[in-house]
Amino acid sequence: MSQRSESERSVPRPRRWRFSPFWFILGLITFGYLGFWFAMLAATATYTSPHGIGAILLSPEIRYATVLSLVTCTAAALASVVFAVPISYLMSRRRFPGHALVDAALDIPIVLPPMVVGICLLIFFQTSFGGLIERVIPLTYTIAGVILAQFVIAAAFAIRTMRNVFDHLSPRPENVALTLGATRWQALWHVTIPASRRGIFAAASVAWARSLGEFGPVLVFAGATRFKTEVLPTSVWLAWSVGELEQGVAVSLLMILISMIVLVAVKATGERV
Amino acid sequence: MIALKHISWQPPGSGTRVLDDVSFGVATGRYAVLMGRTGSGKTTLLEILCGLRAPDSGEVWIGDREATSELPGERGIGYVPQDGALFPSMTIREQIGFGLKMRSLPAAEIIDRVKEAAQEVAVEHLLDRKPVGLSGGERQRVALARALVIRPSLLLLDEPLASLDEETQDDLIALLQRTQSAHRITVLHVTHSHREAERLGEIRLHLAGGRISDGANHP
Repeated sequence: MSQRSESERSVPRPRRWRFSPFWFILGLITFGYLGFWFAMLAATATYTSPHGIGAILLSPEIRYATVLSLVTCTAAALASVVFAVPISYLMSRRRFPGHALVDAALDIPIVLPPMVVGICLLIFFQTSFGGLIERVIPLTYTIAGVILAQFVIAAAFAIRTMRNVFDHLSPRPENVALTLGATRWQALWHVTIPASRRGIFAAASVAWARSLGEFGPVLVFAGATRFKTEVLPTSVWLAWSVGELEQGVAVSLLMILISMIVLVAVKATGERV
Repeated sequence: MIALKHISWQPPGSGTRVLDDVSFGVATGRYAVLMGRTGSGKTTLLEILCGLRAPDSGEVWIGDREATSELPGERGIGYVPQDGALFPSMTIREQIGFGLKMRSLPAAEIIDRVKEAAQEVAVEHLLDRKPVGLSGGERQRVALARALVIRPSLLLLDEPLASLDEETQDDLIALLQRTQSAHRITVLHVTHSHREAERLGEIRLHLAGGRISDGANHP
């Protein structure tokens, strides 16, 4: 009897599956939401032939827009990280009068309609102060303007991501570094930044992905001139506006592919964004 | 001798003082244990001693100098916080040598002193590893070596044995006793544990209601 119960114990019993209406409904909602997304992507992917997509993507104007997108997104993402690290560190580690107000202000680009950001940029660079900057670096309707338009939105997302990273990083190692003779700068450089490498990469990736999809501010501030300031989202819009649906679809598929790669890269860092 | 004189501190926006006119002293080379309930202000007190937090009022004396306005790195204090707070991206060798590097000591001297400190706390076999995967006891030994290598006049330990099993606690208690007697260093050790206080504390202080309430050794 005891031998039998011993052998019974050694064989793992399959877990009995029990139907739960609660989890079933939640699963159904998730499946429905994701299913709708996959249906949209599948419909877009099958709209045109692979041969047609290849020909469109290899055309000179789309090749230019692709390269310009990759370059400007990278520049905007790097600039976003350069601003996001110190701003997020300040907001995470220091409490000061008006902290909540500054915190809310940092989210303004996230909640503003992107087109409005473009209009604000355009108007700012018509002012006398903006004009002075323009004399040094021409921005309106230039490639530098594309980068700036992407940066103003992408930086807000990078700041939010880095804030999350620093909030979850214990300040104790930095405090120990200070007692060991490090300055605040040295503690940040030698201890905090190396410890938040994956978070910085995640913030850069999020900023990069946001920049890739940015359309409104780029269109208003930098324009959509072929072989000059045309990036991938403006290519879709230009194609759509003249009825070249296949070109719009092909560029959209390319952007979906790039976004998926960035998403996988961010997930691989393990950071929550 | 370290001394806190009339130290008060209140969190911004709070109506209650966490530390209310706290005064005590610990003579050079003595091992003091500070006890108190969670939230009683023990860690705040250590942070004020380290210079990581400024008191609202009062003075911090280290030896014969007033150190209240000195930067943390100027105070000659070795600080071991809870869980060791090791630098995640550095090897153990780099962590132990960090304080010496910040003092711009010659590379050869850093190598010798890191080796010596690692031997003292028995972590020389871990020197090329990073903190990930180290046991709690190993982490605390490394944190202790990192604090001792700068030859501090005062060692501050913030619940260093709190998350360790009894056997490891015993090993570290023996190590702390050996270290303190070898270096003749002044130690202020924060703990919840009466067992630690009984075995280590030559002076026992108790923080409650923002004040040092019993066993106090007022300057």
